[in-house]
Amino acid sequence: MGYAADVAALARKDLLLELRAKETVPSMLLFVLATLTVFHFALPRGTGHVAALGLLWVALVFTALLGLTRAFVPEREQGLMDALVLAPCDRSAIWLGKALAVLAFLALAELVALPAFGAFFSGVDGRTVGAVALADVGICTVGTLTGAMAVAGRARELLLPLLFLPLVIPVVVGGVGASAAGGSGRFFAFLALYDAIFGLLAWAAFEYVVSET
Amino acid sequence: MVSARNLSKRYGAKRVFDRVDLRLDRGGALLVTGPNGSGKTTLLRILAGLVAPSGGELRLPDRALVGYLGHEPLLYRELTPLENLHLFGRLYRVPERGERIGMLLERFGLWEVRHERVGTFSRGMQQRLGLCRVLLHDPQLVVLDEPFNALDAAGAALLDATLEELRDRALVIATHEPGRVERLATDRLAFA
Repeated sequence: MGYAADVAALARKDLLLELRAKETVPSMLLFVLATLTVFHFALPRGTGHVAALGLLWVALVFTALLGLTRAFVPEREQGLMDALVLAPCDRSAIWLGKALAVLAFLALAELVALPAFGAFFSGVDGRTVGAVALADVGICTVGTLTGAMAVAGRARELLLPLLFLPLVIPVVVGGVGASAAGGSGRFFAFLALYDAIFGLLAWAAFEYVVSET
Repeated sequence: MVSARNLSKRYGAKRVFDRVDLRLDRGGALLVTGPNGSGKTTLLRILAGLVAPSGGELRLPDRALVGYLGHEPLLYRELTPLENLHLFGRLYRVPERGERIGMLLERFGLWEVRHERVGTFSRGMQQRLGLCRVLLHDPQLVVLDEPFNALDAAGAALLDATLEELRDRALVIATHEPGRVERLATDRLAFA
């Protein structure tokens, strides 16, 4: 109960910060819409649904990356990671609260991105929505951990994509497979397994990421 | 409450300090002085539990008992004082949080601005609110790095009075103005 309340308080804080600053979600929305527009004009006419779906996943991963680069900005600029780390709550609550907030921002961006994709290319079916939802969990758990690692480093703007993108390649593979391939059940299971394994790893590793030596 | 033997800190090849011994119990106050870059802040971060030493033995209380004020007040600028203190009060499991927060905000002259964003505050007001955050969970070890920074005369007087009230705790204070807290000091550590 205490852990859940800590996570809720930390996630609520991030939602409130975004509600006041209005920086991350508008940027993500603009980015994903601009990217889909570019893809719309860049792809030759008659391009197949599967190719278009591939580009949707590219747009979503880079939109998530944009959100993740902003995720720890208040903690970095105001030294607040010290205050959070000093608190006697379980440090994984900091990670989980942040991951939930990033998930909310990404879901908001996708609420606009998926209909826009439907308008530019072809309709989005239930399989794609399900795959995106499962992929979001993996993207946010891994992304929040790598975001925290990048904050601790010097070249943080470079470090985040270098850490994050290789780790989400399996998400793209699973996501494209689940939304496009015939045998999508296997890919859904793959995405769920990725979420479980990397969620658990990130939850356990966060303590060491934020401990300064 | 705090004991350190032969404490050292290095960042790669750079030595920050070596062979620091100290012991601090309730009712004690350690005054840390020295020029910029001499290692005061690093030592305070170690004593707050934020940084691990490179060598030596160190015994610290549980982090629920530590209050730390660094060079920054460690507050969310887009949140109000109430929102900031409720967040940290929640994380520190402060009982009767609302009352405690109200009392601290009144004491540090911030009650009237409790619904305004911290980012609109002067540096001195932020420092006062930072002190509220430090004292919120009634810490037994209070670690203050240049606590008089940015405070006006009224704020500094308020902090003087607060430090007097904290005499029964263990205090570690780093300052460029040792004269201000000399009366409290039971032990001194001067970095060269």
